[in-house]
Amino acid sequence: MKNIGRYFIFLGTLFKNRETFKTYFKLFINESVKVGTNSIFLIATVSVFMGAVTTIQTAFNLVSPLIPKYVIAIVVRDMVLLELSPTIIAIIFAGKVGSNIAGELGTMRITEQIDALEVMGINSSSYLVLPKVLATLFMFPALVVTSAFLSILGGYLAVSFTDVITPAEYTQGIRYQLNEFMVIFAMIKAVTFAFLISTISSFMGYYTKGGALEVGQASTSAVTNSVIAILLADYLLAQLLAEYLVSF
Amino acid sequence: MIELDNVQKSFGEVTILKGINATFKPGLVNMIIGASGTGKSVLLKCMVGLEQPTVGSVFYNQRDFSHSTRKQQIDIRKDIGMLFQGAALFDSKTVEENVRFPLDILTTLPLDEKLDKVNQVLERVGLTDTNSKMPSELSGGMKKRVGIARAIVNNSKYLFCDEPNSGLDPQTAITIDNLIKEITQEYNITTIVVSHDMNSVMEIGDYIMFLHQGLKLWEGSSDQILDSEINEFNDFVFANNLMRSLKKLRK
Repeated sequence: MKNIGRYFIFLGTLFKNRETFKTYFKLFINESVKVGTNSIFLIATVSVFMGAVTTIQTAFNLVSPLIPKYVIAIVVRDMVLLELSPTIIAIIFAGKVGSNIAGELGTMRITEQIDALEVMGINSSSYLVLPKVLATLFMFPALVVTSAFLSILGGYLAVSFTDVITPAEYTQGIRYQLNEFMVIFAMIKAVTFAFLISTISSFMGYYTKGGALEVGQASTSAVTNSVIAILLADYLLAQLLAEYLVSF
Repeated sequence: MIELDNVQKSFGEVTILKGINATFKPGLVNMIIGASGTGKSVLLKCMVGLEQPTVGSVFYNQRDFSHSTRKQQIDIRKDIGMLFQGAALFDSKTVEENVRFPLDILTTLPLDEKLDKVNQVLERVGLTDTNSKMPSELSGGMKKRVGIARAIVNNSKYLFCDEPNSGLDPQTAITIDNLIKEITQEYNITTIVVSHDMNSVMEIGDYIMFLHQGLKLWEGSSDQILDSEINEFNDFVFANNLMRSLKKLRK
């Protein structure tokens, strides 16, 4: 409970005594490259295979002659949009970016770089963390959209190289009665998860005490806590938004 | 000038500093010495605002730093430069960007003026042609020099050094000590050095303050050290052979 309280106080400090817009803009661009561009390869690889495997697994489990083949593509599309791209990619993102953020801030803390900023009169939490949070909020939804596209493409490649269903049936299913709220739902999840990953990881790293061992522990805690928060938020969002999905 | 008025600091029920009063004058190398765990670094942190004194105040030219608003503190901080124990250079920035950093944040100077200042101070600390190097490419002594350059680039009036020659070989340590002394006199800076290295104390210390268990037990100049009659202070000062030999020689 004490840590939750400290987390909210920490969030408050991000918006106090800020630097100039120009300073943040430069940092935001740098962080966006680190957080977003440098994650594309991993996210793309995972997404293509995730889509391909989901398509093949669904095809092998949906063998009733009463169900049209294009339903396989519908199932893949809905799974990708609602769960796989926002949530699974968020967990992978927490592992890559979350641990990186915590490690970077933790190292800055134990090597007195954060103290050096404070001595110069800079609000170190705002200067270091706010650009990371904003960059993650901006880049992660873009990564989720990319992931969803590549997952569906991965499914298409899988059906092209196998004979589980024809590419034409797959395309028909992907296009069949798309509920646009699924995309909005995925974006709501993406923004929520981005906020949780960036702030929890920053919090863990920023308050690191000790030496190299503690920096490692902070990185591990950042990933563990981010993943738990993602799963909890995923459940809450499903509860809150599922009825809109049906009524949209 | 920096004045300490009854500075006390406690963490929970543990009192680290038990009421320190002192005056540190400009143009002098003021040294705070003492064994490990006596509160030297805590006192330094209270002075630069990384810790808030539980009781008492730190005054910068009669301005109460400890009880001023954040905006007033930022004004005072513009005059403060600090060399950290491990230099605390920003890993992701080059030497030039590290030294330029206070100017980028605290001033609105055009870039060419900032670069001129950066090159001037880098030359002053004996580092030319290192502008594009990363901190990971520098030796311990070079990192300290860059740290000093960053601390003075904005014409700081106060220079704080936390164990500036820890982890350095004796020759480099003397070079860093001399650099601190020269810069202090050249720019008339109020320099405060926290150290437990008696070589440094004898080499560059103008005013020396000895802390023991959170209390100021002794103060004076390096010439007066050998005549001290305080047991705790003598135990600390004459713990090494060199200092004992020096005392014998003097007798």
